[in-house]
Amino acid sequence: MTENKPLIKIRDVHFSRGSKLIFDGVNMDIQRGKVTAIMGPSGTGKTTLLKLIGGQLRPSKGSIEVDGRDVHKLRHAELYKLRKRMGMLFQSGALLTDISVFDNVAYPLREHTKLPETMIRHLVLMKLQAVGLRGARDLMPSELSGGMARRVALARAIALDPMMIMYDEPFTGQDPISMGVLVQLIKVLNDALGLSSIVVSHDVQETCAIADYVYLVSNGKVVDHGSPADLAQSESQWSQQFMQGMADGPVPFHYAAREYASDLLGVNE
Amino acid sequence: MVGYLQGLGARSLGMFERLGRGAVFFINILLCIPSVLVRPRLLVAQLHSVGVLSFSLIVVAGLFVGMVLALQGFYTLSDFGAEGMLGVMVAASLVRELGPVVAALLFAGRAGSALTAEIGLMKATEQLSGMEMMAVDPVARIMAPRFLAGLLSMPILATLFSAVGILGGYFIGVGLLGIDEGGYWSQMQAKIDFNQDIMNGLIKSIVFGWVVTWIAVFEGYDAIPTSEGVSRATTRTVVHSAFAVLLLDFILTALMFGDI
Amino acid sequence: MHISRSIEILVGFFVAMGFVAMFFLSMEVSNLGGLNGDEGYEVTASFENIGSLKVRAPVSIAGVKIGRVTAINFDSESFEALVTMQIESKYDQLPSDSSASILTAGLLGEQYIGLEAGGEDELLQQGSMLELTQSALVLEQIIGQFLFSSDSEDE
Repeated sequence: MTENKPLIKIRDVHFSRGSKLIFDGVNMDIQRGKVTAIMGPSGTGKTTLLKLIGGQLRPSKGSIEVDGRDVHKLRHAELYKLRKRMGMLFQSGALLTDISVFDNVAYPLREHTKLPETMIRHLVLMKLQAVGLRGARDLMPSELSGGMARRVALARAIALDPMMIMYDEPFTGQDPISMGVLVQLIKVLNDALGLSSIVVSHDVQETCAIADYVYLVSNGKVVDHGSPADLAQSESQWSQQFMQGMADGPVPFHYAAREYASDLLGVNE
Repeated sequence: MVGYLQGLGARSLGMFERLGRGAVFFINILLCIPSVLVRPRLLVAQLHSVGVLSFSLIVVAGLFVGMVLALQGFYTLSDFGAEGMLGVMVAASLVRELGPVVAALLFAGRAGSALTAEIGLMKATEQLSGMEMMAVDPVARIMAPRFLAGLLSMPILATLFSAVGILGGYFIGVGLLGIDEGGYWSQMQAKIDFNQDIMNGLIKSIVFGWVVTWIAVFEGYDAIPTSEGVSRATTRTVVHSAFAVLLLDFILTALMFGDI
Repeated sequence: MHISRSIEILVGFFVAMGFVAMFFLSMEVSNLGGLNGDEGYEVTASFENIGSLKVRAPVSIAGVKIGRVTAINFDSESFEALVTMQIESKYDQLPSDSSASILTAGLLGEQYIGLEAGGEDELLQQGSMLELTQSALVLEQIIGQFLFSSDSEDE
């Protein structure tokens, strides 16, 4: 078995969008069976990292290996085969808006398997039961609240029994109850289905409650990593600022500007 | 001056780059068409939203264009005592030009803009990305059925437009203006040639269907995934489609009827 | 993905309407309905001058359309125009000495061939040649003749 080898190996990844450098040599190991959190301020390209792992974007340098295969050296068909074993939960849920909840969850099953309709029904109801929305199967996505849409998307992501799930900002914009539901779901599903989970988030409390390992990303680099307990004790000032949500620190309160006094006086350079 | 030249160069390069991406996208769609044919349900659903929903617009517009042609044509032709030629005039204008062109312009406004907005919104709400991550190719499941539906709907709509227009001309010409009924049809039959007129009109409508749907689907796929980006892409679809239809109509007319 | 029956029916209706419209255009609007196949027989006639007669112009007798011109050739031996016309097979009782003239429909209308029945018992059939023909009236020649005759009257 390859139990102790990491599921995902990210080595020296560089990526830029236009002239803006987003990743400048990122290294990460994502372990099997664990919940790994990637945290950082908004706009540090955390979602981009998930898209790189999923093969939707190509790094300009470096490599990403998922389950021993370099994602960006795979041919189209092989990449699609690998993606069937990856689940991804998008921030908006990304449900197909023109079909019902049931059909959304059934969609990957119908696309990728030739199972008879009765069996698809059983599977879909099972997945919906796991996220507690079996009763909502006939609703359309537009009738769901944001939290419910994410849970449906989660049911869809686990429909094909993937080896891993990537969560893109699962807690953003949720009320405390649906946040609690999602936190619990991520943990329970991870342990019950033997998944590996990657949670991208900037909600420190919720994420630390379930994460086994945390990477802090800022300015295109991994600035700190360790278990949540380690990070709480971290000596890095940046980590302290982020973990405790302080307004000022290594990340300044003020956006880079000229000196205040000279700006007020309107002195031109 | 140098700055102006540089701007011009950058714009042309951008245009060619977009054109190139559009062409690659079109080839991708073509490669995915077999996968649509094994899932005819996808095509039926799109034929409904692209074709059936444009049906009433096309029929009403065709009727009125035919009636206006008959009214205007009558006053011109009666000066020469050639009212009998009214049917020929109405039919020839509709079948050769107005049917394919007006139907394509209406189609771009009705179905083309809807296609762009739909696909652009799917992109903005990460549905396309979501499909990719489910290992489902959005070009095969979303773009190709819509493209094929547009390609098939356009000749049907143009034919309907012409047919209804000729009937509209008949109501005005024979019913209101009192032209001889037999003359309306027999002159038409004597003058309108199946290969020369009707087939060429059909070819035009197929070409227009291709270009309008291609533009609409590509603009949606290529849209910047924000509400502003989608609204801009929708506008571009209508403007570029109209321009492309009129330009292609000129080229096709010159090729088909130029030597007569 | 489930598609409701009504959508399928509507799409079926839409496609069927397309076929109906196409059928209407080909049969009622264009010449395809008039020809109905290639039945009929061909006769030829030679004219000194055909004016602006075109292929596919109607051929009529007593004002009734019975066929159309299928080919116009130039006979380089007689220096005349050789016109081939197709006559529908139901009009197979025409005498072989019928005459053909090129006429104009209205003052500005198109030119067509008018046949006039003769008195022979023998009938026209595939490949017959019409002997009696009258050329098209060419406006310039008529005006020329008119001017010429009025000139000569003056003298």
